Amino acid sequence: MKVVIIKYNAGNIFSVYCALKRVGVDAIITDDKDIIRSADKVIFPGVGEAASTMKYLKEHGLDEVIKSLKQPVLGICIGMQLMCSHSEEGNVDCLGIFDAEVKRFSPRCHADKVPHMGWNSITNINDSVFNCNVNNEFVYFVHSYYVPLCNETVGCCDYIQPFSAVLKKDNFYATQFHIEKSGSVGEMILKGFLDL
Amino acid sequence: MLAKRIIPCLDVKDGMVVKGVNFVNFRNAGDPVELGKQYSEQGADELVFLDITASYEGRKTFTDVVKRVAENINIPFTVGGGITELADVERLLNAGADKVSLNSLALKNPQIIDDIAKNFGAQVCVVAIDANFENNMWRCYVNGGHVPTDKDLFSWAKEAESRGAGEILFTSMSHDGMKIGFPNDALRTLSETLNIPVIASGGAGKMEDFKDAFELGKVDAALAASVFHFGEIKIPELKAYLAENNICVRL
Repeated sequence: MKVVIIKYNAGNIFSVYCALKRVGVDAIITDDKDIIRSADKVIFPGVGEAASTMKYLKEHGLDEVIKSLKQPVLGICIGMQLMCSHSEEGNVDCLGIFDAEVKRFSPRCHADKVPHMGWNSITNINDSVFNCNVNNEFVYFVHSYYVPLCNETVGCCDYIQPFSAVLKKDNFYATQFHIEKSGSVGEMILKGFLDL
Repeated sequence: MLAKRIIPCLDVKDGMVVKGVNFVNFRNAGDPVELGKQYSEQGADELVFLDITASYEGRKTFTDVVKRVAENINIPFTVGGGITELADVERLLNAGADKVSLNSLALKNPQIIDDIAKNFGAQVCVVAIDANFENNMWRCYVNGGHVPTDKDLFSWAKEAESRGAGEILFTSMSHDGMKIGFPNDALRTLSETLNIPVIASGGAGKMEDFKDAFELGKVDAALAASVFHFGEIKIPELKAYLAENNICVRL
């Protein structure tokens, strides 16, 4: 199986590569459009800022490539946010795969610290999404912006208010949490995605 | 609900963990990767690796350690020690670290916090503060607690936050290693003053100390070294104890 990790100006790509390696997959990290198009599975990970990463994707023509993919695609963290229609971070239009606007957390009280950082539980996720039961399991989040609940939400999390932990539309999957840092639960999800 | 985090801290010198570590049936004592894995399997929520090497060669070895940790461990980890400039941060992040912890450098050159936040995001930047309560103030120290500064813990923590720190890790010099619990009053003031997570570090002797840090100190995470290394407190038992006391932890 050919698994491609999209290379762009975001951090944390090596961690995703290592996570795939731990489940026995030697992924290709590339920004080559043909290699991305020919992959069996595409992973769009990253840690970064929306406007600058979006600008980079456009300049390198990767925005159109990602949107046109037909094989299973998995966005992680900023990858997920970039797959939405718009982000408040840098007020930028994104890929528009998911019909949702990325917003910044607004704390209601002092205990609501931003970024939302640490282990939180995912709820309302059906076993069929990643072919495994991860409902109510803890996974690792680090983010200051969130995707509100929307029609494409297939997994929720609650911090300050309920928000989308997992999105799915056709062949596009995305998680706000870091699958690659979420211990054995993250590994189960990754394997589930690879088995799609 | 967001879980409170339990974080073991490992001191690494020339690529090996120093300070005794006492795991049962453990063959490769001293290998940071093996120890990190062991802690990860026991339910640690995060790991901290501190490079206490002084030499350039040791630094290079530490980068290799970071890379091997990233390859083998599936929970977040923070690295600290020996960071003198932005390029060091980039090197460690490229090797797979999720966060870096700064101590003396941040106090001596606070602009580094802004630079890290701007280049890599606030979540990457943990500012560690060693402070001692003296003459009615929590005085910050640099160089491993050897050199006093004129900065006060609370104002420095606030400044670090406004410059872009993602978390504050506070060690009370009079509590560290004493096993008398965490300085909960100071932690509570920190937690209530800051809008970023606070990590309590140094002082834990028994499971109740962790409960107090979360309940009284209102911290988001607690870090310890020797009580975990010597097996005095086992992470699964600690987490079960905290859960019984209605503290949200990842089990």
